[in-house]
Amino acid sequence: MDLLHDLSYFWPAAITSIGGLAAMMAAAFKTDMRWVNAVAVFTALSATVVAASDLVAGHSGLLFSGMVAHGGTAAFGTFVVSLGTLFTLVLSRSYLEKIGHHYAEVYALILFATTGMIVLASATDLVALFVGLETMSVCLYVLAGLVRERKTGIEAALKYFLLGAFSTGFLLYGIALLYGATMSTSLDVIAATTDKGGLYWAGVGLLLVGFLFKVSAVPFHMWTPDVYQGAPTTITGYMATAAKTSAFVAFILVLGRGLQGSVEQWAPVLEIVALLTMIVGNLIALVQHDVKRMLAYSSIAHAGYALVGLTAGTLSGYDGVLFYLFAYTLMNIGAFAVLAYYETADGQERSTLEQFAGLGWQQPALGVALSIFLFSLAGMPPFAGFAGKYQVFAAAIEQGYITLALVGVLTSAAAAFYYIRVMVYLYFKSPEQPVSLPAVDRLYGWTILLLAGLTILFGVMPSLIVNLF
Amino acid sequence: MFELYFPIAVLAVVAVVLALVLMVLSGILGPKRPDKVKLMPYESGMDPYGQARDRYSVSFYLVAVEFIVFDLEVVFLYPWAVRFLDLDAGAFWAMMVFITVLLLGLVYTLKKGTLDWDSSTAAHNRA
Amino acid sequence: MLTTYLFILLATFAVASAVATILSRHAVTSALFLVLNMVSLAGVYLLLKAQYLAVIQILVYAGAIMVLFLFVIMLLNTDKEESVLKQISLKMVVSFLLGTAVLAQLLFAVAGWTDTLPMISAAMTEVGTVEAIGDQLFTRYVLPFELTGILLTAAVIGALLIAQHHNKKGTS
Repeated sequence: MDLLHDLSYFWPAAITSIGGLAAMMAAAFKTDMRWVNAVAVFTALSATVVAASDLVAGHSGLLFSGMVAHGGTAAFGTFVVSLGTLFTLVLSRSYLEKIGHHYAEVYALILFATTGMIVLASATDLVALFVGLETMSVCLYVLAGLVRERKTGIEAALKYFLLGAFSTGFLLYGIALLYGATMSTSLDVIAATTDKGGLYWAGVGLLLVGFLFKVSAVPFHMWTPDVYQGAPTTITGYMATAAKTSAFVAFILVLGRGLQGSVEQWAPVLEIVALLTMIVGNLIALVQHDVKRMLAYSSIAHAGYALVGLTAGTLSGYDGVLFYLFAYTLMNIGAFAVLAYYETADGQERSTLEQFAGLGWQQPALGVALSIFLFSLAGMPPFAGFAGKYQVFAAAIEQGYITLALVGVLTSAAAAFYYIRVMVYLYFKSPEQPVSLPAVDRLYGWTILLLAGLTILFGVMPSLIVNLF
Repeated sequence: MFELYFPIAVLAVVAVVLALVLMVLSGILGPKRPDKVKLMPYESGMDPYGQARDRYSVSFYLVAVEFIVFDLEVVFLYPWAVRFLDLDAGAFWAMMVFITVLLLGLVYTLKKGTLDWDSSTAAHNRA
Repeated sequence: MLTTYLFILLATFAVASAVATILSRHAVTSALFLVLNMVSLAGVYLLLKAQYLAVIQILVYAGAIMVLFLFVIMLLNTDKEESVLKQISLKMVVSFLLGTAVLAQLLFAVAGWTDTLPMISAAMTEVGTVEAIGDQLFTRYVLPFELTGILLTAAVIGALLIAQHHNKKGTS
């Protein structure tokens, strides 16, 4: 049957949704949380494996009457999203247990959000894109406000919800106008339009605004710091990586597939936004004292670097962005995971730089791992972050965006300051009171080390994954 | 096209006119002898106290949310039911999957005790 | 011609009530304007021959979702509530309705004069019926349709997770 045939190429989304339903039933029947975690991790693992095998198989085409694509960009997006989910689920358990919010519902929402992300990251029709985006967003709104006892948690959820709904309005209006101009929501039909009137351009503009909101580009970034700070730390890592990856992959599909013909018109807009995002994100990150908030601003800056690759508007630019997202997922989830450990390890909440003083000597392996993640985020060789930055900047220079690449390199140099400052506190400042952190949960520690290892591996040999596009 | 909507328009006009006429008529014809007891809000025969607009439990809100979810399910069910005979088996199974997903959601809701109004059973389910 | 006139009337009402929703200071008044906005939009859908959408607009939006809005307003428990009924006078309601209707009339006249009247094409006649929606929804749009099921279920979980009180043990 036709639908079953299509489904056989779309297993990751089906697997995660079934896993989400299972976690929901576990919540209803109060199953042992260890089992819930194990099943959720297994679900994400199988989704990742299937996505990876789809990626390696290299077939591509359209599914479900042109709603989603499989193979190529979509497959890579699916793979990165599943991978991010897998790491988040593995790491969330001990963190959520410690903050006392370890519910089966959390797993259900994360897996449902992943389903939405996968559809979003493979959508070739604006209807599928929109429903995918909403599924992801609704779950994330709730997850952001998981810690209701804290004011910051409620603020995060409310801000995220209100601004998210607002930006969705822009996106939806853009979709409606594009539909009015081209009589279709399919990206391929939109690409074939030759008659581009005011309706078309208004639609494209609103669509861009909606997307820039979702990837937290300046000047639509205001929600990011508060939401990232208020959400539970491992969930913040999830939002900063998987959610951002899926939004960027959808952005690539919309621009590269649907609007490639208008590249001369939208590239200058993205150029300005990319410049602003890199400069503003990095400058504000310089003055942050809260490490989690600093990483939120750093995530804005990284959206700017990814936008550099999009501005190039070429295949090598898009591929650069994809690799960048992959590298960013590895190092950022890792960084948030170490942060989550410092935050909860001995019952004292730590988040400011001063509180991090001397922690690097406590659990040496974790300190080294955090240093690797921070070096990689700063874009230093030989880590994955460097390889990613190199690819997007190279693509921009190829297309003659010298200023963009120059600003990118300069802001990266400035960014190195605030990343390295964390390490200075970790290693060269002594704490006011002696601290001793308890040993980390074994699985948790090994996962972080695995992430650090992958960050180095793909920094040294980026070709391992680049060849798969 | 407007001929099709004509009966509905008539119905709407009749409804509005009838309501207005009855209100005006009762205003003109009815005797008015107000006193303190008659003007008092009716609260099951007891003396009213406090504000009518009181804060109340969030459970009401949850029921409203769930009502909307299953209301939307019906929105999708209706076109399916209308075209049931003309659609193929794929559409049938698509709807079965959709209903199953929402049914599991309903099971979750029931087990969580959202629809339990007796506080003792609700507490039992929540514990 | 009548169709075009009705469209401009309803569109003016939709925009005016939307603006009024934002501008009115009182939550309940806002909500009532929102109802007017949704009903106007339902009228526009009818003109586009999307009958099913019009009915759903009334049932789901003006009915169910507005109930939710009013619930939230009640939950807010603001203190200045008593003055609501005093503020809304028949005079204001009638003046809003008449003013908007006159504005629509003016717009219609100006649009006819400058020859910019919108046309409603005959091609959309058959796309709005329940049958047409059913045919499309369960064949072409089957994936977004299934995902909607997931979305609604996630909304149920989310509402419960936010609203219910958990014990801080780690097992819910």
